[in-house]
Amino acid sequence: MSESKQSAGKNPSGAGLGSKIANMTDTNLLLTITVVVFFAMYIGAILFQGKGFLKPQTFFNILNANAALIIASCGMSLVMITGGIDISVGGVAALVSMCCAVFLDFHNGNVFMAAVIALAIGLAFGAVQGFLVAYLEIQPFIVTLAGMFFARGMTTIVNTNPFNVANPEFVAVKETRIIVPGFGSVNKLGNYVNAYIEIGVLVAILTVIVLFAVLRWTKLGRGFYAVGGNSQSALMLGINVKKTKFLSHLICGLLAGIGGFVYFMHVGSGSASHASGMEMNAIASSIIGGTMLTGGVGNIIGTFFGVLSLSTIQNIVSSAGLDQAWWTGITIAAMLCLFLVIQSVVMARKKMALQAKI
Amino acid sequence: MIRKSVIIILIALLCLMAVRCRSSSLPEQEEETAEEREELIVVGFSQLGAESDWRSANTESMRSTFTAENGYQLIFEDGQQKQANQIMAIRTFIQQEVDYIVLAPVTETGWDTVLQEAKDAGIPVIIVDRMVNVSDDSLFTCWIGSDFELEGKKAAEWLNQYTLAKGLNPSDLHIVNIQGTIGASAQIGRTKGLADAARANGWDLLAEATGDFTQAKGKEVMESLLKKYSNINVVYCENDNEALGAIEAIEAAGKRAGSDIAGGEIMVISFDGVNKEALGYVLEDKITCIAECNPLHGPRVRTVIELLEEGKQPDKFSYVSEKIFSADETVMTLMVDGTECQVTILTGNPSY
Repeated sequence: MSESKQSAGKNPSGAGLGSKIANMTDTNLLLTITVVVFFAMYIGAILFQGKGFLKPQTFFNILNANAALIIASCGMSLVMITGGIDISVGGVAALVSMCCAVFLDFHNGNVFMAAVIALAIGLAFGAVQGFLVAYLEIQPFIVTLAGMFFARGMTTIVNTNPFNVANPEFVAVKETRIIVPGFGSVNKLGNYVNAYIEIGVLVAILTVIVLFAVLRWTKLGRGFYAVGGNSQSALMLGINVKKTKFLSHLICGLLAGIGGFVYFMHVGSGSASHASGMEMNAIASSIIGGTMLTGGVGNIIGTFFGVLSLSTIQNIVSSAGLDQAWWTGITIAAMLCLFLVIQSVVMARKKMALQAKI
Repeated sequence: MIRKSVIIILIALLCLMAVRCRSSSLPEQEEETAEEREELIVVGFSQLGAESDWRSANTESMRSTFTAENGYQLIFEDGQQKQANQIMAIRTFIQQEVDYIVLAPVTETGWDTVLQEAKDAGIPVIIVDRMVNVSDDSLFTCWIGSDFELEGKKAAEWLNQYTLAKGLNPSDLHIVNIQGTIGASAQIGRTKGLADAARANGWDLLAEATGDFTQAKGKEVMESLLKKYSNINVVYCENDNEALGAIEAIEAAGKRAGSDIAGGEIMVISFDGVNKEALGYVLEDKITCIAECNPLHGPRVRTVIELLEEGKQPDKFSYVSEKIFSADETVMTLMVDGTECQVTILTGNPSY
């Protein structure tokens, strides 16, 4: 984490943790905070909630249930880094799951083709929205709001009633479990149960790694940060701003498609109310993960931990016996607030420290 | 300065956590929590949501039954109408090693895998309210709930008896049905109960439209139905909240809700009997008849758990016996499916 290529402060004296923080990029600094808070929270949960959280499977269950959200949040972070936003991801995920469900169940399709359909829907949304945002310069919020309504509406047109998919080939894929060796536990009956993850988790982890690599080590990745930070200077640096914006929405749409398919693999049904609020959870996760709504700052690893923090909080709230559903909402609100305050305080301090040095 | 202090606080927090973590892994503390748990029977309850008064009363019944004083610890999870949430909740219960899982499923299908996991973990699952549709019945211990079609049949039979007693012509009954959320077991059963009776008795079933079990939607639907049909004289609402909305709409349109069909009033028939306002309306004759859907599953589930604790096997399926409420004494007994059913005449304060 101390490795900071694009460090804002060119201060070579690395003595003490304080100046190390001052030397970090904004992105890395916020990432550190996210990771620290996540671990603190999880350890706290183990301490105060007892044995449920000590079992590795509890953690893997969080991953299993949130694989789709991780993928969608990665896309969201990318768009937010570029200075935009995409609130259509939940709608796209619902549309994807409904289309795949209809395709598999009514038309007896195969799983591979269903995945292709999912990707195609995602890409189509990404391309249209990206074009409207980048080349016609319409506000991304408005464009993707329309996209969200369209996707939800289309879902109901494809099929109104929710139903479960019984296609045997699909059920086999859905039920596939990848055993995580060495993390099993002994249950109440005294049997040893292996810890497992679903296929979706592998997809999610792969997405995180690929996107992280792209953002960190490619010209295109640095272009996203540059456009989000200041599109005027990016233009002067010779970056194709429009194309970069377009690509960010395209990738986000694609990831929403993949996320929708992973969501579908997890729940195994199609419904117009699927993935409702997913876009908001994705935004919240990105912010908790250190991505700033103003653009130019963010990290995919942080987003990954953002999703984990969000769902860990939900898990803690429910196992603490705070039984009303709104408690979850309130704690998430408090957490978001806390993160925003920490972010702005730390950034302000850092700015002051840098100015003092100059 | 302040920057440093922020860092110091963060480090201090981490150290504190680390120390606590180490101390908690000492064996004595673990024994202590294990002992605490042994005293209470831990019940994990996955409720599907909080959409209606019925659901709230159902939740409240579970909560007031499984208290620490009664020797239970209840872990409650609200599924917010999503199956994915409920599956996650059951998995959490399995990890927490609860003694019993109670599930009020949002849909009927798609439970095989997670119920198998619960079975493998040796945790009995009690299903309440809606049914689950699984390939192997041994995946759950038992089911407790209402027979929604019977409720619909009772309400329809009451209407039939009433019209016969009053000497009304069956084809003069112009009925609209404000349905519940399409696809819910309650909607399917109650709609079928009315539709079958309408066919058998020759009633004029004008329209069916969904009111989503809510007051606002019930009002909206009734408003448009009143505009569309001028001759409505019976409204069949599939829960109390819809009935309240329908009455608002009827009164706003300058008509009267009541049992005097011949006198131009619109008769309101409703379900559940949980909402106090609705039961009050029965006394005022604004709602003529309510087929009860009893939400008080807490004590019933407790009986099942006590049986299981003693090592006995409860009945696989148990239907809750339910009443039918009215303030009108025209019809006193009903014959439904060959069994006699007493009409409960409401005179004073409702029971809940």
